[in-house]
Amino acid sequence: MNDFTYHAPTSLDEALAALRGGGDGAKLIAGGHSLLPVMKLNLASPTDLVSLAGVPGLGDIADGGDSVTVGAMCRHAQVAGSAVVQARIPALAAMADGIGDAQVRNAGTIGGSVAHNDPAADYPAACVALGATIVTDRREIHSDDFFQGMFATALADDEVVTAVRFPVPARAAYAKFANPASKYAVAGVMVADGPAGVRVAVTGASGDGVFRVAEMEAALGASFSGEAVAGVAVSSDGMLSDTAAGADYRAHLVTVMAKRAVEACG
Amino acid sequence: MSANGSGIGASVKRKEDTRFLTGRGRYTDDINLPGQLYGYILRSPVAHADIGGIDTSAAAAAPGVHAIFTGSDMEGVGGIPTGWLIHSKDGEPMVEPGHPALALGKVRYVGDCVAIVVAETREQAKEAANLIDVDYQELPAVASIEAAEAEGAAQVFDEAPGNVCYDWEVGDRAATDAAFDEATHVVSIDVVNNRLIPNAIEPRAAIANYDPATGDYTLYTTSQNPHLIRLLLGAFVLGLPEHKLRIVAPDVGGGFGSKIPHYAEEAILTWTAGQLGRPVKWTCERIDAFKSDTHGRDHISTARLALDADGKFLGLHVSTKANLGAYLSTFATCVPTYLYGILFAGPYTTPAVYCEVKSFFTNTVPVDALRGAGRPEATYLLERLVEKAAVELGMDRVEIRRKNFIREFPYQTPVALQYDQGDYDATLDLALKASDWAGFEARRAESAARGKCRGIGISTFIEACGIAPSAVVGSLGARAGLYESGSVRVHPTGSVSVFTGTHSHGQGHETTFAQIVSDMLGVDFEAVDVVHGDSAKIPFGMGTYGSRSLAVGGTAIYLAVEKVIEKGKKIAAHLLEASVEDIEFENGSFTVAGTDRSKSLGEVALTAYVPHNYPEGLEPGLEETAFYDPLNFTFPAGTHVAEVEVDPETGEVEVVAVTGADDVGRIINPMIVDGQLHGGLAHGIGQALLEECLYQDDGQLQTGSYLDYTMPRAADLPSFNINHNTTLCTHNPLGVKGVGEVGSIGVPPAVINAVIDALRPLGVNDMAMPATSQKVWQAIQQAQG
Amino acid sequence: MPTVTMTVNGMERSGNVEGRTLLVEFLREHLGLTGTHVGCDTSQCGACVVHVNGTSVKSCTSLAAQADGAEVTTIEGLANGSDLHPMQEAFREHHGLQCGFCTPGMVMSAVDLANQNSDPSEHEVREWLEGNLCRCTGYHNIVKAVQAGAKAMGGGS
Ligand SMILES: Cc1cc2nc3c(=O)[nH]c(=O)nc-3n(C[C@H](O)[C@H](O)[C@H](O)COP(=O)(O)OP(=O)(O)OC[C@H]3O[C@@H](n4cnc5c(N)ncnc54)[C@H](O)[C@@H]3O)c2cc1C
Ligand code: FES
Ligand code: FES
Repeated sequence: MNDFTYHAPTSLDEALAALRGGGDGAKLIAGGHSLLPVMKLNLASPTDLVSLAGVPGLGDIADGGDSVTVGAMCRHAQVAGSAVVQARIPALAAMADGIGDAQVRNAGTIGGSVAHNDPAADYPAACVALGATIVTDRREIHSDDFFQGMFATALADDEVVTAVRFPVPARAAYAKFANPASKYAVAGVMVADGPAGVRVAVTGASGDGVFRVAEMEAALGASFSGEAVAGVAVSSDGMLSDTAAGADYRAHLVTVMAKRAVEACG
Repeated sequence: MSANGSGIGASVKRKEDTRFLTGRGRYTDDINLPGQLYGYILRSPVAHADIGGIDTSAAAAAPGVHAIFTGSDMEGVGGIPTGWLIHSKDGEPMVEPGHPALALGKVRYVGDCVAIVVAETREQAKEAANLIDVDYQELPAVASIEAAEAEGAAQVFDEAPGNVCYDWEVGDRAATDAAFDEATHVVSIDVVNNRLIPNAIEPRAAIANYDPATGDYTLYTTSQNPHLIRLLLGAFVLGLPEHKLRIVAPDVGGGFGSKIPHYAEEAILTWTAGQLGRPVKWTCERIDAFKSDTHGRDHISTARLALDADGKFLGLHVSTKANLGAYLSTFATCVPTYLYGILFAGPYTTPAVYCEVKSFFTNTVPVDALRGAGRPEATYLLERLVEKAAVELGMDRVEIRRKNFIREFPYQTPVALQYDQGDYDATLDLALKASDWAGFEARRAESAARGKCRGIGISTFIEACGIAPSAVVGSLGARAGLYESGSVRVHPTGSVSVFTGTHSHGQGHETTFAQIVSDMLGVDFEAVDVVHGDSAKIPFGMGTYGSRSLAVGGTAIYLAVEKVIEKGKKIAAHLLEASVEDIEFENGSFTVAGTDRSKSLGEVALTAYVPHNYPEGLEPGLEETAFYDPLNFTFPAGTHVAEVEVDPETGEVEVVAVTGADDVGRIINPMIVDGQLHGGLAHGIGQALLEECLYQDDGQLQTGSYLDYTMPRAADLPSFNINHNTTLCTHNPLGVKGVGEVGSIGVPPAVINAVIDALRPLGVNDMAMPATSQKVWQAIQQAQG
Repeated sequence: MPTVTMTVNGMERSGNVEGRTLLVEFLREHLGLTGTHVGCDTSQCGACVVHVNGTSVKSCTSLAAQADGAEVTTIEGLANGSDLHPMQEAFREHHGLQCGFCTPGMVMSAVDLANQNSDPSEHEVREWLEGNLCRCTGYHNIVKAVQAGAKAMGGGS
């Protein structure tokens, strides 16, 4: 790992200043559980790391009635264990509880996860299915616009995610088929029946990152049952293929996970 | 022998645990020597290339760099040797190409050592290594057995045409052919034994030092067999006499075979320390461990079983191709031959057995022993074939095995081994009962009601441990003896130090061996300490592998204790003014038979060291050494039963139950023995369901990290149901056999047989290891058309 | 070089580190606390698990700088003098270790679980240990040890 300058700002303004001052090579660090593994393999070499740990106000979970707002620095374990999330959007708590392992959940954050937009990460599917809004230091971005393909988002280089706001759905569930080695999603499907109708969002399967399955959404709109999606095959074109799962198998798993998620909605 | 609370047969808590549990273990990477530098090994990123040139100038100028050495610097140094010479069918010796520690002119696998950079810090060494410019002129690579044997395949070594190292055979081919002529049924099978990456959780590490004042070298290394390293490194590579080369293998975090071989890095580090006159430390990164720790297994086989009308086995014919990787690692050549072919009688009376093995060089990491080493490959093939025979003949899977069991001992197999003792019916019966084999159909129905396919599988197997005797293995090509040493030093006040040439890296020797000694000498368990892992402290030793430590090393200790007792009797007789023949030793006391006149071991020991009143002509001191060369292998045996549940929608296989019924000989510490079985079972289930080393055709490793090589985790495994039935080994005094590899030998075929049993109703009749969810799903798709 | 200061096993410790210095490097190389191990470089094996402010984290995937000002507990800080911590004792009692290399991380991870759940089921223990690889034990006795240790801790360390 190449060396860098570590910054520990104590306000959002300081963080933004450090980020801009560091120039092209400056990066935010939240839990570091996506960034540090990449840096350890020398696949990224920032000149400056700006920690969000000391920035106040990024670690709260708030119940806004028809929505739940999760601060960017909330750890996965915090979301999984939050009474508010468990009561209002249990699917989100359960999803967070299935990220990585216990130590990853103690360190990784929602802000880092959405900003990183790993094509096999779980949060992107939850955000898109639930129709979440990503709140930054300067604007609000709907998930439909936020996630822009593998490791790409709508964020500007110096933009900080401060929170993610999830509308409370009538029902929702997440089903994940994990890679047996890495435990990231091979196919993770979040199904939500929310204010914007039924949404089905898939992660892990596509090289383009999270995507929605219109045909499944239509089928569920007509009849919200596992059977309704069990027959909807997704194309294996553009699916990821690796030693654990080829494109055909992934496509198949998307359908199976969608069915299971719908069934888990009760 | 007296049974006391910490003696033979007691589940004594381990002596080593306190240090490990409090973070006070001392593993190689925990050691730091004053003035040490850090070495980083630059490895080949390509599988096969001519090295056009190496430009180290930029790296040499990088901050903190002390030295850079490449193959040409080490040219005069000996190559890495291999420990076993195999002869081909035609009597020719195997092809044995040189293995320079640092690549010379050519690289032959991704991970081959190209240069060492020595710097002030680890990071500096690594950063500088990235500045080395190597001109790799890439050559076509062969990354698999199929590629290696193809027409016109690239040659890994010019001197090995067709990439063949040897073409070996064992057994009587004519007799086997004749058996097939007589057969009513012939059942054949093709199997692949998947290539595995060992992945001890402690990565390899080494720290070498050279003292210019004395000329002494010291190497701390993560080894299962420090004396063997000293022998190979000293005699073959560096040309150093034993008394100038000390090898220390301190606490070692698991081996599983991967820490047996003498590795190039050990030679490079030691030589470099000599060049620089300063200690040099190296710790393998896991990413590099994947491409430099020896791999295991990697066979392709085809086999035929001849049966009579009743299902009696008449003959077995096995043809195997084995992948040896790019160079011959220490035991590489013997694993697919003398640890494999001679296992094919299994527990069965098959009168004619023939096995031929052709081994290939490929542009992959060298392959060597991995937990079981040869025996899992043999057992998997045999137990898959026997299972297939039962299905094809419409016989009961259990009955076909029982029908063919060996029941008279000693039993001479047609493939060299002579089994001394066993009771295969007993372990089979025990396993059937403990696994509730009879009640399985109800469980299958219950699973089916939940949409799951349940299956049960069995394997009955034998194992050969403690490879020996030296004269025999020598005649078969071994270049070392396979005995063991043990020394017992009774101190003046009666406490005891035990020195063993075996090495403990998880097996608990410090506890088990202390139990034996404490039991035999009647001294407190706490008063006995076991010393291992340091060539400066221990007379000699062959180390720990092949489940040999207790059977061979434990016996050496046993014999040394007997010598101590013999000598003690002479001293006691003198003190008690009796004749030596009248002295009995029990529970730590020397007693004149039929009287209450006695002397304690402590009193005798004190007398031995303060010999004021002492038998004339007897040497003072109470310390004895024994070397034990076994008369035969030991033969643990058993039955493993696996029960699985398959999710037909996703192809996921869950292991719901595993039952072992094992005969491992006398059990010294049941807690430790069961722990060894658990570990082996997990390794075996890993091979059956999860683990697979994959290479691309160009020789790039596809499964090069824990992100894509699946290690068994807690949630992948059930709790294990372990049962024992003991028959004693007849040719060692403790009656012990060995346990470290049993699980990884017995369970893989049981798991695969269970998976196929689960899927048979769906039309699936075969399954290769590992039965990953994708593979299972594909098989179901195919069967369903 | 920035200075970091943290409380390690109850004692204030500081050191000059590079930005890139990992917490595990700080513990092992600066403080000589070699009980915390490194088994991989991709954050999967868990040999490096320590507690930072009371929860278990992978010290190979944390910067020393991130732990500036934190309370850190390593395997060396668990026992009370010569009395083993109940979780350590349970590992000994149930033979939850063989080579000992995964053990420090295993134990630290287990203590974190036990702090939240004094009576975890076998299933809960197995799921919790997802981030801790062991090649020796097959996990069987580790699971038993964690359950027993959690009970013995009675919901607190
Ligand atoms: C072993 C392991 C297993 C894992 N398994 C899973 C899994 O199963 N599912 C899953 O979803 N994830 C998994 N992860 C990833 C984990 O969830 C990460 O923690 C998460 O993806 C990133 O969060 P972080 O806080 O660690 O981000 P960091 O690593 O700190 O940052 C990631 C990126 O986001 C940027 N960033 C961070 N915070 C912000 C912010 N507030 N605003 C703008 N940019 C920001 C950083 O600059 C960086 O580019 C795993 C990780 C590991 C190590
Ligand atoms: S060292 Fe492997 S996870 Fe930290
Ligand atoms: S005890 Fe050796 S890795 Fe767990």
